[in-house]
Amino acid sequence: MLVERSEWMRMLTLVRQVLDAEESVRVEAGAVALGSSKLVMDTMDEYGVEEALRLKEAGAEAEVVAVAVGPARMQDALRTALAMGADRAIHVETDVVLDAMALSRVVATIAKEEGADLIFSGGQQADWDSHALGAATAERLGWPQATWTSALELVGTTLTGKHDVDAGSETFEVELPVVVTTQQGLNEPRYPTLPGIMKAKKKEMRKEGLERFGVGPSVTLKGAEIQVKARLGKILDGKDAQGAAAELVGLLRNEARVIA
Amino acid sequence: MILIVAEMSGGKLSKSTLEMVAAARQMGRAGDVTALVLGSGVAAVAGEVAKYVDQVLVGDVPALAEYGPEVWAAAVAQIAKEGEASTVLIGGSRSGREYSPRVAVKLDAPLLEDVIALKDAGGTLTAERYTFLARVTETVETAAKVVVVTVKPGAFAPAGPATAVAEQFDVDLELPVSRLKVTGKTTEKTDRVSLTEADIVVSGGRGVGSAEAFEAMVVPLADRLGAAVGATRAIVDAGWRPYAEQVGQTGKTVQPKVYIAVGISGAVQHLSGMNKSKVIVAINKDAEAPIFKVADYGIVGDVKVLLPAILDELKK
Repeated sequence: MLVERSEWMRMLTLVRQVLDAEESVRVEAGAVALGSSKLVMDTMDEYGVEEALRLKEAGAEAEVVAVAVGPARMQDALRTALAMGADRAIHVETDVVLDAMALSRVVATIAKEEGADLIFSGGQQADWDSHALGAATAERLGWPQATWTSALELVGTTLTGKHDVDAGSETFEVELPVVVTTQQGLNEPRYPTLPGIMKAKKKEMRKEGLERFGVGPSVTLKGAEIQVKARLGKILDGKDAQGAAAELVGLLRNEARVIA
Repeated sequence: MILIVAEMSGGKLSKSTLEMVAAARQMGRAGDVTALVLGSGVAAVAGEVAKYVDQVLVGDVPALAEYGPEVWAAAVAQIAKEGEASTVLIGGSRSGREYSPRVAVKLDAPLLEDVIALKDAGGTLTAERYTFLARVTETVETAAKVVVVTVKPGAFAPAGPATAVAEQFDVDLELPVSRLKVTGKTTEKTDRVSLTEADIVVSGGRGVGSAEAFEAMVVPLADRLGAAVGATRAIVDAGWRPYAEQVGQTGKTVQPKVYIAVGISGAVQHLSGMNKSKVIVAINKDAEAPIFKVADYGIVGDVKVLLPAILDELKK
């Protein structure tokens, strides 16, 4: 069936790969070493893939394209997105570590080339704790943004939803194109099914080099240190509840001097 | 010029603004420390911030009555360009972290996010920030002429007043119309001190037992101490507490003088939101719980018995 261009749309969902939260962090030569650690798709990006799929399943005539920029291993995260249901993937393969501002240049270029209408990005990256990618991409494209969304609905080319702000939350309405960032509570990402995983192997994963984007890091990493604050570790036995409570309150009042 | 975008809440200057002033003074970069006050009816805030900086620029127009990322980014970028700012400091609040990347793109500047330390050496700006769920401190630098920085709330001690009160200047702004239309607002209850500004935080997790037990034990302890209330993701997901109270990777990051963790085991995602607290107190029945590894003080025992006992003791 032919679909009018005005109703048909393309959604990009940005995928990053981060250290599994349960894994311990190692630093080698002034940088976090990920070498043999378990890496997973950033949960925040899973929300984005899931939401794109849900909007499509709710009736949006759309193609969902998963996009990643990074080393060869990133294709694992892209395969996960494809197995969840994304239609195809684009992998800009590079070992250069790009900060969010630099990354947004690559994403904006791809968005233009692909004629994207809606871009999903994780609200916060679990590794660098950066919030910048979505907003920076929106600015480069001259698009509005809806950050930290917890509910979304798409009717035609109008996106409505709810998102968190400084002092609570807001409901909003915005016309596409728009960049959306996610947060916990937006949805429950699905697990890839076995048929989904099989299908994903046949889906297109386009490889690109970073060179043509003419992008390099905008900040330089000088060092990384695992910092463990020395803690006192004065742990009391609570069998005698009154006694332990009295001792703890005494310590907080007279030794730590943090309560009145 | 070092440009600071003043943050306010409920018509008052926020502590985070004075933290940015401290960061600007300590940075060691030449230029007037300039506060930009944006809003509608913000004369009182402008007057207050004037006590702390070298110069105040005021954009006080009805179009700025409501915050929006496109509008704020346009205003800040315009002033930064006109004043040839070398550094733009923006608060690490939800709004600051949302519009700062747009400012950086407009200025073609790098963005240093959520910094906890900032130092200039010969034109190169070096910053420290927490990464990997606050387990790593990374040092990053940039030699760019213009740098946009967001400052992590609580990382700098608020600055004291300057020797003289700064002069105020009105600015003319060219503002876009926000394309994100706000159709409704829900404001968090503000009768309690906010999580990110509180000196004391009392948080609860699964070990508290139930939503009712949380109301009956954790909330009164917080009230007694004048503390903010926090919660783990598990109990927010279970519907015991609102998301606004969630501390951790996907919730708020807090750095109070004392963090009291009640019935919290200490998953790494939770620790990332509170492990920079000055003093950590843990109350949990499981002596092996990871929370005790980061605790300064703690009691191993039954929360149901211990919390009332602690409340009794505090009343003495």
